[in-house]
Amino acid sequence: MLMISLDRLDELFAAVAAKQTLYLPADREDGQAEYRRWEDGVKLSSRLNTVRSAKDFFFPQTEDLVEFKMEGKNIEVIDPRKESEDFVVFGVRACDARSFTILDKVYLVEPVDSYYKTRRDHGTVVTMACTRPEETCFCRTFGIDPTAPEGDCACWSDGESLFFRANTEKGEKFVDSISSLLDEGDTEKLEKINERTRDVLSKMPLANLSAENFGGDKLNEYFNSDKWGELSEACLGCGTCTFVCPTCQCYDIRDFDTGHGIKRFRCWDSCMYSDFTKMAHGNPRLTQLERFRQRFMHKLVYFPANNNGEFGCVGCGRCLSKCPISMNIVKVMKALEVK
Amino acid sequence: MQEAMINRAKELMADGTVSRVIGWKRGEFAYDITPAVFETAEEIDSDFVCDDFTAANVSKYLIKESRKEGRILAFLKPCDTYSFNQLIKEHRIIRENVYVIGIPGGPKLDAEKLKARGITGILGVRNEKGTLHIDTVYGEETMPMFEAILGKCENCKSTKHVVYDELMGEEGEVIADSGRFDRVAELENMTAQQRFEFWREQLSKCIRCNACRNVCPACSCENCVFDNPDSGISNKAAADSFEENNFHIIRAFHVAGRCTDCGECSRVCPQNIPLHLLNRKFIKDINELYGEYQAGEDTTSRAPLTNYNADEDCEPSIVHERGAE
Amino acid sequence: MQVNDNNFEPVIVAFCCNWCSYAGADLSGTNRLNYPTNVKIIRVPCSCRVNPMFILRAFQRGADGVIICGCHPGDCHYTSGNYYARRRITLLYSMLDFLGIERDRTRLEWVSAAEGAKFAATMESFTEQVKALGPNRRLEDLRCRKQ
Repeated sequence: MLMISLDRLDELFAAVAAKQTLYLPADREDGQAEYRRWEDGVKLSSRLNTVRSAKDFFFPQTEDLVEFKMEGKNIEVIDPRKESEDFVVFGVRACDARSFTILDKVYLVEPVDSYYKTRRDHGTVVTMACTRPEETCFCRTFGIDPTAPEGDCACWSDGESLFFRANTEKGEKFVDSISSLLDEGDTEKLEKINERTRDVLSKMPLANLSAENFGGDKLNEYFNSDKWGELSEACLGCGTCTFVCPTCQCYDIRDFDTGHGIKRFRCWDSCMYSDFTKMAHGNPRLTQLERFRQRFMHKLVYFPANNNGEFGCVGCGRCLSKCPISMNIVKVMKALEVK
Repeated sequence: MQEAMINRAKELMADGTVSRVIGWKRGEFAYDITPAVFETAEEIDSDFVCDDFTAANVSKYLIKESRKEGRILAFLKPCDTYSFNQLIKEHRIIRENVYVIGIPGGPKLDAEKLKARGITGILGVRNEKGTLHIDTVYGEETMPMFEAILGKCENCKSTKHVVYDELMGEEGEVIADSGRFDRVAELENMTAQQRFEFWREQLSKCIRCNACRNVCPACSCENCVFDNPDSGISNKAAADSFEENNFHIIRAFHVAGRCTDCGECSRVCPQNIPLHLLNRKFIKDINELYGEYQAGEDTTSRAPLTNYNADEDCEPSIVHERGAE
Repeated sequence: MQVNDNNFEPVIVAFCCNWCSYAGADLSGTNRLNYPTNVKIIRVPCSCRVNPMFILRAFQRGADGVIICGCHPGDCHYTSGNYYARRRITLLYSMLDFLGIERDRTRLEWVSAAEGAKFAATMESFTEQVKALGPNRRLEDLRCRKQ
């Protein structure tokens, strides 16, 4: 397999960044990681995951959709989109890589979301196999193998070298573009590392979590479960879980009056918020219980019902570590599950 | 302590003093603890927990819980009692429906600080004489406990309970030299440009999740100004740096004089923004300009922003006159 | 037109209390005193009516400086409104300073209905002060900036 020595990473990043914008997870001063544009001096983070997921690259938290400019009695409609440039997102984990497949199911079906599609077309996703999963990981519950990530191009590290395998045409292009830096390498050690990672995963507290009892066919049972009250009792109604989630895809569209025109923008919305899907008559979900239920029903029941059984969760574990009151999808699944 | 709390809770439930107990519920891991209401002795036996990670302040839940039928038992740490008292003062909690047991406070621990050191795959945490022994899938790790202390416990202002019906453990006292304003003073001594850059870097991390607002015991409005769709304010969009500044200034301002400095805002911030510094800036200013004031200390005094001193209050120009530059 | 040091004309928002300062502004007009046209007056029932968000909103929407004018302490039409305002505004200005917003962009001045000359002089000096600072960049909303 093609590979590059890990101490030549900077060289690799420089070569990629010379042709297109490169983003990768980097450490912040508080010890957490975030995606940052690569420039000289930016180092790849050793943290398993970033606080915010990689969905920002394709579905940013806020984006302008259209602008209106008013002059006298005329309204000029302006498309604020600029010429898109190609970019590479490096170091995406298997869970986040799968989240793009889930977002695609929402945004690339008719009617295609052209804002999302443009970004998808221009972005190359380079994934990185996990070697040190955390206790909050449960990607395997949703059939994801963290040692064989999806994405345009996948990478593995054996502690000395970084190995590349292209999964798609875009991935091949990516590998071609850096081929002058790569050598053929032996993957024997890699196999062992992957084996060990899988072994570690099976020792994790959430190793036996299964989603087999969830899906579209138990809608009424779960919707009417008497567990929701207790589960949602402590929920603060903040949007942390939805905003760190790689698969949450709801948005709100608002107009901003700039004083000399209107900017129509969309921003992430959270079903946890009291103004979520608020209409002229008010909000269809009046209590936090209903809002809370919506989030988990969507991921575990509604989404698979509409998407051939695929769940709306990838088990990245962000909500497990970030929820202010530590209520999360794992606790919900365990409490709710009917065998 | 946990054992004693469980026993006392069951006693009080059995003799009819209370019908429910609010406390903390064990999670999947050592640290993911959820505030919860317990209604039976069995639930308490199996799930009730009070340990190094039970940092959540349950006072705010009592707004809702004290309006339900029957009395509820609440275990409050010293800092939580200040929030509780402040809510009593604001007529948000019905006092007679809550039976308060004061319990010793922290310091509590922050699991994120373990992870930031690369300690992951955490299966269990033991605290032995100031050293944490962390059992992980990758083997046992140790670290000094003081390095894992939750931000809000680092500058504890008081180990005294300002309100309780019953006390477990010994009563503490107000800590005069907590050093909680040191960081604020440090920032005050920077130049405006440096401060601007510091806050830009911090606040630009904000993801507008509103967790700081929703967890805050002082933020108890039924309808928040930021949730008014007609206000023209983006309550969830990271639309512009102005919106970030606006949200955080107003959030802190709306609780100025009422914030007890419980530190929950910074604890819950997924991006580790030191939000408590904004609140402490207000507290520091209030102390310096209008006399020492600790919100939540009593239930009768007038808060500094609903009060004035006609003859002695300074003019806003004091801001322009003091400080560096 | 490109804004530069020579032609920068700041936008000043002045929140004036209905009973004293607004009347003071009127008086300066009837006395035919000049004060800069940069000043846009917003009349409020009392200086205490000025919500901190009004001030931030003014900066968002293009103000380069904000000044609040009210009755002198002791003269409030509502007895004590300006006393509350004094504390509130002090804390807000201090917070803006803490966030690194230039402190010279904000001011509070007590102007009575009889002080037409003081009103004009205050506006004159505040406008000069803000002009020297240049455009508000630290607390502006880029979406509102005119291209």
